[in-house]
Amino acid sequence: MNDRIAPDQLAPAPRAEERKPAPAPVATRGYIGASIPRANAKRLLEGRGCYTDDIQLPRLAHVVFFRSPHAHARIKRLDLQPARAQPGVIAVFDGRAIAEYCTPWVAVLGHLKGIKSPPQHAVAIERVCWQGEAVAAIVAETRAQGEDALAHVEAEWEELPAVTDMEDALSGRYVIHPDLGDNICFKRELVTENFDAAFAQADLVVEETFGFGRHTGVTLEGRSILADYNAAEHSLTVYHATQAPHMMQDIFSRHLDIPEASVRVICKDVGGSYGIKVHVYPDEMATAAISVMLRRPVKFVADRLESFLTDIHAREHKAKIRLACTKDGRILGFDLDDLTAIGPYSVYPRTSGIEGNQVVNLTGGPYRHKAYRAKMHVVFTNKNVTCQYRAVGHPIAVALTEGIVDLAAAKLGIDPAEFRRRNIIPDDAYPYTFPSGIKFEKLSHEQCLDKLLEAMDYRALRAEQARLRATGVYRGIGLAAMIEVTNPSPAFYGVGGARISAQDGATVRLEPTGMVTCLASVTEQGQGTDAIFVQICATAVGVSVDKVRVMTGDTGVTPYGGGTWASRGAGIGGEAVLQAGKALKSNILDVAAAMLGVDKATLDVRDNAIVDGATGEAKLPLAEVGRVGYFRPDTLPMKFQAELSVTRHYTPREYGFTFTNGIQASLVEVDTDTGFVKLLKHWCVEDCGTVINPILVDEQIRGGIVQGLGAAMLEECVYSPEGQLLNGSLADYLVPMSGDVPDIEVAHVCTPTKQSELGAKGVGEAGTAGAPGAVMNAINDALAPLGARVTDQPFTPERILRALGRI
Amino acid sequence: MNPMLETTITVNGTRVTRRVEPRTHLVDFLREELGLTGSHTACEHGVCGACTVRVDGEIVRGCLTLAVQANGRAVDTIEGLSDSGEIRDLQAAFHERNALQCGFCTPGVLMTAQELLRTRPAATRDEIRDFMSGNLCRCTGYQSILDAIEAVLIARRQARPA
Ligand code: FES
Ligand code: FES
Repeated sequence: MNDRIAPDQLAPAPRAEERKPAPAPVATRGYIGASIPRANAKRLLEGRGCYTDDIQLPRLAHVVFFRSPHAHARIKRLDLQPARAQPGVIAVFDGRAIAEYCTPWVAVLGHLKGIKSPPQHAVAIERVCWQGEAVAAIVAETRAQGEDALAHVEAEWEELPAVTDMEDALSGRYVIHPDLGDNICFKRELVTENFDAAFAQADLVVEETFGFGRHTGVTLEGRSILADYNAAEHSLTVYHATQAPHMMQDIFSRHLDIPEASVRVICKDVGGSYGIKVHVYPDEMATAAISVMLRRPVKFVADRLESFLTDIHAREHKAKIRLACTKDGRILGFDLDDLTAIGPYSVYPRTSGIEGNQVVNLTGGPYRHKAYRAKMHVVFTNKNVTCQYRAVGHPIAVALTEGIVDLAAAKLGIDPAEFRRRNIIPDDAYPYTFPSGIKFEKLSHEQCLDKLLEAMDYRALRAEQARLRATGVYRGIGLAAMIEVTNPSPAFYGVGGARISAQDGATVRLEPTGMVTCLASVTEQGQGTDAIFVQICATAVGVSVDKVRVMTGDTGVTPYGGGTWASRGAGIGGEAVLQAGKALKSNILDVAAAMLGVDKATLDVRDNAIVDGATGEAKLPLAEVGRVGYFRPDTLPMKFQAELSVTRHYTPREYGFTFTNGIQASLVEVDTDTGFVKLLKHWCVEDCGTVINPILVDEQIRGGIVQGLGAAMLEECVYSPEGQLLNGSLADYLVPMSGDVPDIEVAHVCTPTKQSELGAKGVGEAGTAGAPGAVMNAINDALAPLGARVTDQPFTPERILRALGRI
Repeated sequence: MNPMLETTITVNGTRVTRRVEPRTHLVDFLREELGLTGSHTACEHGVCGACTVRVDGEIVRGCLTLAVQANGRAVDTIEGLSDSGEIRDLQAAFHERNALQCGFCTPGVLMTAQELLRTRPAATRDEIRDFMSGNLCRCTGYQSILDAIEAVLIARRQARPA
């Protein structure tokens, strides 16, 4: 091709963006609220990022796993020697060998009363409990040689009964872990005092059972870990695609018996996580143990089949919900009975009880009823484990609530938007305690509803829908109001005994040249953490964004913290950066005041310089403060020490969680001949408090919505009754591609939290939380004139045709 | 067992010769043998587009192409397109609109988008959506990707002399 140019023919032209001046700060709030492109995206755009699998080290060996072909079986015989003899194979290990270096774990938490789970080993010993569980590890010089050797492992099995159905599991007909007595991992019941009375006095009680397909995160980058043990130091460096480096540091330390300070977890670029990469995975623990055993670096990267078989799944639920209301459309109460299956083990260390717990906490979320009863069972099955995936429990709670709300509205002949308006918690009712016990600081359901209806032009859409129906076109409009847990306090994990940090920290340092380095404990997974920290830090210190560098994801470098999960990066990590930046500014002014011999109160830092606070007159460039502070402190007053590096931490304390709220709407068209649903348009109005970077927030919402659309329309990990995963590839397990999704309109209401100075709440999960409920309601709205209704996700063409009685 | 085949490929304008196993996929060869880690694998059977590279000017799935099939040919990767400046406008548009989050899909998305821009300069938004539907992105929801491509398409069209 003649338009190819070899690099050496090129004069290195300066790039357009390098010549542009740094973006200007916004008037009063600095860079808070500015859509500044992420500086760290540039390397990814050139293919010059560094994901864990991109790292090569001298003597690097590769680990592959021999995995169980059965859902439940006893290992009768395992002969690894034929595999050991294959070319390039360095070592082979069974579960017992690994267990000598890696202790087992039990995933329970004190605040989930009664939760139980058996000890789990990194590699199975004697018995396997799901198809895909690791049974042996083969270490080879290349991944290909390891995979070749897998074919030479000899195993004999005694198959055991596989429990794959949730109700079957609950019945206890066959108990998977006999020591535990039954298949119930966790259960919770809750009832408000007025419950019976509310349901007795209701004019209308509606009831429906909803089903949710088990699905998974499908991070494009498979789980990846490179563990590098240094025998001389008894130290371990782990390059890990993880959301929570400090949590993993603690876990590697305790289970491999290496002092915590000798374990360093480094998280480079991560190719998507969405909650998938915040858990302890047995094969990753085994990889770390093998590095210790072999005294050399070893790498494991899950391929796509392994991802489907062993990345946590989520959201296999069946739930019956009832709603009681008056005939004028006032909701009196909700009644929930939820059953969920989590595979054979509760996942360490966060447990697999949280998702169901969230469903109980959040069902009925946006509404002002007073009566609530909930019953929830979490049961073991012989499928892959499930745990916390983006929006944990929310998509279920929202779909249940919004589905039953629509049913009630339809029964009463009230427009669904009007029905919601009558029942949402008014904007002036806060602080507000919800029947499930959770507390809301301040939400904005009324404003969000108004804004949504206006954005979508609800009336016009309804009119168009009616017109089209007359011509045999079945369009539907669905609404889903929601609340979302963000900025979790220690109430989420810490109180239950989990060694998971609820606080986060930031160190901010003035460099001698006047640049600022920020080290933060929240991690970057593509959501834009680094970018917003640049903006917050630049604003707090008084420098331009091009002067700030952010480093995250290295336990050897950053302050201690929780990392990325539960929509906490901006609200918790951001506040720590803000406070550290402000403290640094104060310290900079101390130095400047000493240099200038003036009162500190008369000075300020603006635009990379020390200025007179009143007149704005430039006094000193920041680089001069850096020069004197570091190289000529002898010129400063005796006994004055410049402190040009500051660390601050932040923990939300006043509320267990800082709730956000929002509402979504979906417009669909159902082809009643084929069962195909065309998603025509989607809207979301969200209140995440202070918006630090609007474009990043909107893109978090859009990406989240599309994951929710995938759950609603396409995604399900399908298992046979024997516990065999039937669709473990991207050709069989469908995720949304660009042709499957509509354009999405996003708008905001802004109610900053008063708990922090920054006022930011989380936003990473809202999209995923609300989208399935909105789409379900839209489909059912489209099908209503045909007397059909769907309640089991995903809403495949087959399910829609069944509902229509066509098949 | 596996005879190694001498293979010469012009990668991003530079000739390289290596002895490779016939079963080695092009994307693995680029990543592991040449250290060009910008091309990724996510499905390894032609579904996701993360491994997209160019062979003799046309995009292929690097996970479905063997390295030996590229013998005697020219292969371009994201690193090459970045250095040559060929997609600078596209990269800038992606950056501006945050059309990437984790960036794992991005090199493949950019390769495909550049193919579209070169071969279908008159594409409509729906055609862009359609053309890009072989590249999986789990983070963005696609809208910003389509916006970025559409903007570059229009800009390049306007820049071309009528
Ligand atoms: S890795 Fe080649 S198409 Fe997915
Ligand atoms: S940006 Fe993460 S997969 Fe596309």
